[in-house]
Amino acid sequence: MWESFGFEFINFYFIPGLVLGCIYALGAIGITLTFGILRFANFSHGEIMMTSSYLTWEFIMIFTSLGILAHPLIGAIPASICAILLALFVDRFFYKPFRNAPTIMIVIASFGMMLIIRSMVQVIWGPNQLTFVKGIAKPNEYIRDLTASFDFMLLIPNKHFSILIGTVLIMLLFNYLLSSTKIGKGMRAVSDNPDLAKVSGIDVENIIKATWIVGGFCAAAAGVFLAMDTQFIESTMGFRMLLPMFAAAILGGIGRPFGAVAGGLIIGLAEELSAYPWFGDGPVISPGYKSGVAFSIMVLMLIIKPSGLFKGKVF
Amino acid sequence: MDIILGYFLYGMSLLTVGGIYALLALGLNVQWGFAGLFNAGIAGFAAIGAYTYAILTTAESKFHYGGLELPLLVGDVMAMVLAGFIAGVIGLICIRLRADYLAIATIGIAEIIKLVLKNESDITNGPRGINKIPRTWEHFSEERFYSSFPLNVINSSDSWQIFFESIARWWWQPFFAGTIILIVLLTYFLLEKLRTSPWGRMMTAIRENEMAAAAAGKDVTRRRIEAFILGALIMGLAGAFLGQHLRLIEPTQTFDPSKMTFLVWVMLIAGGSGNNKGAILGAFLIWFVWSSSELVTNGMIEILASIFDSVDISILKNRAGFIRMLFIGLLLQIILQRYPKGILPEKRPAVSGKI
Repeated sequence: MWESFGFEFINFYFIPGLVLGCIYALGAIGITLTFGILRFANFSHGEIMMTSSYLTWEFIMIFTSLGILAHPLIGAIPASICAILLALFVDRFFYKPFRNAPTIMIVIASFGMMLIIRSMVQVIWGPNQLTFVKGIAKPNEYIRDLTASFDFMLLIPNKHFSILIGTVLIMLLFNYLLSSTKIGKGMRAVSDNPDLAKVSGIDVENIIKATWIVGGFCAAAAGVFLAMDTQFIESTMGFRMLLPMFAAAILGGIGRPFGAVAGGLIIGLAEELSAYPWFGDGPVISPGYKSGVAFSIMVLMLIIKPSGLFKGKVF
Repeated sequence: MDIILGYFLYGMSLLTVGGIYALLALGLNVQWGFAGLFNAGIAGFAAIGAYTYAILTTAESKFHYGGLELPLLVGDVMAMVLAGFIAGVIGLICIRLRADYLAIATIGIAEIIKLVLKNESDITNGPRGINKIPRTWEHFSEERFYSSFPLNVINSSDSWQIFFESIARWWWQPFFAGTIILIVLLTYFLLEKLRTSPWGRMMTAIRENEMAAAAAGKDVTRRRIEAFILGALIMGLAGAFLGQHLRLIEPTQTFDPSKMTFLVWVMLIAGGSGNNKGAILGAFLIWFVWSSSELVTNGMIEILASIFDSVDISILKNRAGFIRMLFIGLLLQIILQRYPKGILPEKRPAVSGKI
């Protein structure tokens, strides 16, 4: 059973799907938070992701030139701070003027920011792909030998291992923030009813700042994890992630961060598993159409249940 | 003399592409300006138009399905029909939800269209694209056209061949530009008629206050879908003409979703959304700024290179396009914040007749 079916399925389809799902989930948290709290679809979110992976690359280069051997996750720390600052800067100068305008104005502004941020990255780092991590990712030997002794051989490269662990840690942190801190409770209150939150004495502007900090941090983590997974970075990677992240946010229900996580995992798994030969020999859906899977799920959800799996908001 | 001719032809091509963008902006104006529908997939609809036209009208090719060698007019009409059909399907799904969802869905549909064009290479020749797309007017000088109806009625193909060899090679350029300008004007007049008609007033009412319009007995969803389809029809036509202008289309670079969609949005918002004149003005203005900024940035790079010997020109040249994109993006943000109504703000039709 394991030899004929499970080995290939788990190692080459399920685990990559899970890893991709984690990346989508982290990205979708930011999208669903801004959608829930600021009430607009943030098109520039993918670009924050992309920028943070470029920044990480830059910091790794700086560390290396200083003679420090840097793992991407170490470069990611200053990069995520920069990404948060970028998100706050964009909000202050490009979204804040529209707080009281029809929300569609912010959507247009964020659509413009998408292009501005991408062009900026292209001006600074050039339009070509950059290698993020060199070499072939070998499966973790310890896990391989351990699981092989139980006739259950798992091939997990280190990069996947750190992405999975990293995502779980961020989720735990995020859960603590939302359920146990004042800021998190404020975020949930504003998301439920901004007017009521305001009259109960919550500083909405502060909550909005906190939203960008959390969203920016998750986006940075997602960007770095994606770069670690694919091992290269390019300026269109943010745009490519945008649609699956929106699909995840809608699938989980707008304004439901843990719904977005579930949505992200489902979308990621669905994309990878769509290439599995379920019937016959060939993949069910040709790999060229992989990125269409997320869109189809999103459209289906919009038709059947626009509020998503976990009763999100519908505007 | 050659210099004057060069400027003349440059002007013609500015008019041609400006006109195509004006059509796209007019289409977006119907969707966004009239009905308040956010379409972020303009490039996708233009791509449908261009590919439909290309497959229907090109000469037979061994690389892909077709070309069907149908008359050019059939290609133009079918380009509109197909773009409108796809818009109708999306409209049915997303239009009852708020504008953001439509924005996401249209971005998605543009991506799906790109995927289909890239992967179905039996039909579209994949990433290599379709070339030798017949251009209105210029196509007469191709043998396939002058040896068939209607030109073969007037004269024999041999004498047509001699005739086309005797005249200047650019003879079709003014005609092609003129045709596009004519179509822009025609669309403009039709849309103006529509805007002041009961349908147009109803659209404004729905955009401004959906609940009140629905309470007054207007079928909001249906009217919105109509506006969405109408806009997509115009975009499909613009796509067909873009295909003719370029003669070679491929899925990724030609219909770069971010660049093309974005430029059209800047054009409409700069010109004044809701105002058809503004859409046309914005299109020509921004296209002029966009294409002349290429000359300016290239000139700047030359100057920089002559001052600093150490500057590597190739890198700068490589990245000049992105600097232009950056400035156009900033321009949009400034207009959006300072002059949200655009150069020509929307004018409501005057109340006429008995009240």
